[in-house]
Amino acid sequence: MASVELRQVRKAFGRIEVVHGVDVAIDDGQFVVLVGPSGCGKSTLLRMVAGLEEITSGEIRIGNRVVNNVPPKARDIAMVFQNYALYPHMSVFDNMAFSMKLAGRSREEMQRHVDKAAAILGLTEYLDRFPRQLSGGQRQRVAMGRAIVRDPQVFLFDEPLSNLDAKLRVQMRTEIKELHQRLKTTSVYVTHDQIEAMTMADKIVVMNAGNVEQIGTPLGLYDNPANLFVAGFIGSPAMNFLPGKLARNGATRLVTLSNGSQLASPGVAEGDGRDVVLGVRPEHITIVDPGGDAGAAAEVVVVEPTGMDTQVFCRLSGTEITVVSRERHAFAPGDTIALQPLSGKTYLFDPESGKRLA
Amino acid sequence: MHAPAAPMTLTTQTFLGRLFDNRHFLGLLFMLPAAALLLVFLTYPLGLGTYLGFTDAKVGRPGVWIGIENYEYLFTDSVFRLAVWNTFLYTGIASVVKFGLGLWLALLLNEHIPFKAFVRAIVLLPFIVPTVLSAIAFWWIYDAQFSVISWVLSRMGLIDSYINFLGEPNLARMSVIIANVWRGVPFIAICLLAGLQTISPSLYEAAAIDGATGFQKFWHVTLPMLSPIIAVVMTFSVLFTFTDFQLIWVLTRGGPINSTHLMATLSFQRAIPGGALGEGAAIATAMIPFLLAAILFSYFGLQRRRWQQGTVDR
Repeated sequence: MASVELRQVRKAFGRIEVVHGVDVAIDDGQFVVLVGPSGCGKSTLLRMVAGLEEITSGEIRIGNRVVNNVPPKARDIAMVFQNYALYPHMSVFDNMAFSMKLAGRSREEMQRHVDKAAAILGLTEYLDRFPRQLSGGQRQRVAMGRAIVRDPQVFLFDEPLSNLDAKLRVQMRTEIKELHQRLKTTSVYVTHDQIEAMTMADKIVVMNAGNVEQIGTPLGLYDNPANLFVAGFIGSPAMNFLPGKLARNGATRLVTLSNGSQLASPGVAEGDGRDVVLGVRPEHITIVDPGGDAGAAAEVVVVEPTGMDTQVFCRLSGTEITVVSRERHAFAPGDTIALQPLSGKTYLFDPESGKRLA
Repeated sequence: MHAPAAPMTLTTQTFLGRLFDNRHFLGLLFMLPAAALLLVFLTYPLGLGTYLGFTDAKVGRPGVWIGIENYEYLFTDSVFRLAVWNTFLYTGIASVVKFGLGLWLALLLNEHIPFKAFVRAIVLLPFIVPTVLSAIAFWWIYDAQFSVISWVLSRMGLIDSYINFLGEPNLARMSVIIANVWRGVPFIAICLLAGLQTISPSLYEAAAIDGATGFQKFWHVTLPMLSPIIAVVMTFSVLFTFTDFQLIWVLTRGGPINSTHLMATLSFQRAIPGGALGEGAAIATAMIPFLLAAILFSYFGLQRRRWQQGTVDR
């Protein structure tokens, strides 16, 4: 059983607490991604699971065994580092076989395991090369090969794709996911890139400033963010946030923006006149014919055609927002367009606490 | 859409002007002062010394060419052979001890200790104090009558009579080696410390996860990554120790009974107080093959290890 459980884990460096009481449960075979901006504590959390950082308080269990005081080599884990951490003076084969060599295994056993891992990763011709003779992607594969050879209960990835160029990153993302589907080892993956999180994870843990903001499936977080931070972090281009006041028109709830225009809001029980933030994703805003009654007026700032869609940056009631439309538009900067959010696809947030109201 | 610029007039450059614009000429010009210094203070004495080794020059009168007669004589001279043996003994033991202590010190200083910067500065002190000064201090420490070591030991009741540090052959050798080690450890420690700091901590973390004990981390990660720097540092250390003069001359003048004579000190003694310039020069020149061997040996260790390059991603 290779589940990983974190209970009220805290980490403090001296007086400064950087991880505040984190609870995460990872099932056997799951691929869980810890995502968040730089400095949110996700790497520190991963290193605590690895045993490279001391746990100030709380409990970490691997496979139902408390590992707080167990050294890294006894935790049956393997880690892939951001800068690969390959031993530069050893060949690829020696790098991958190092842990077995330290354990005193026989030459044939080492050969067998390394060959198997090399075959999975396409490294068979490179076994005699040295890290300096490999490209970034190949080095990353060697780092993963080293982890695979250990045949651990848990894989830990610490931003492994950050040092690669964009195209390689996309390719390696798919490879890692394929690998996971094949090996089915429990994996904990740390990244600051929400796209990596969305594409690779079974479950995402969004972190910010040492706290867990929300845990959920990728689409779950996308469709149902719990607060402003998660709503703005997941999804690219990011969700638009329009500050305004809650109003009522008969049975309908509205949000009045600062320029007076009103947009339909999801229903919420009470609070007329209170300050709220209306959230709506760029792809959930439709551009309607101006002159109609519905729709808020916005001024076009920049139009970016990506070929697949058109991203229109405009200003609505003083706030810069993004609209993504599947159709081709020929707006010019300065044009006025009318925007209408899709009903049922808007969110209401409390501006002070950030919590989602509806 | 713009007016054509005024055509550039080719100013006729003078010969000197063009010369000073030429990179190669300028390069040579910049090298001249350094080359002159090297020529006067290095090449000329080296050449002259080597030449004198083939003559029977004496202080006060130039000599005639005698070929390898000096070397033939030295080969049979028991004092010379003793000096060669002493040099190897001195260099060998001192270098090994300096390396061991230096590495240990460097590993210590690499950890987070209180007042790290202060301690590192203190550690460097023995190396920067002028050799003669530290030699005189050791002379006092080793004095047969006033040695502080003997004083402490006798107060502690461990010895009956004061130790004659510099008066007995083997004791003198040990004393001189200890003084050299004291002087030389800081240089090695600081250089190795610099090397240790270039080793990425994530390598140790990866090794920890792979299951390495402290010693295994040292053996499989630290030492291999340090080896180019060890090669450099030990080359310099061996060179300086082999040719050591000041320490020996101040402490023992090569005695007692030539037991601490190194080739450098013997060379000086024969040449200047002894007056046999040619013979002294020959002894000094005889050091060259050994020094060359040491340099060549470390050259192959110095060669930029292939795996050292290319930590940048492509």
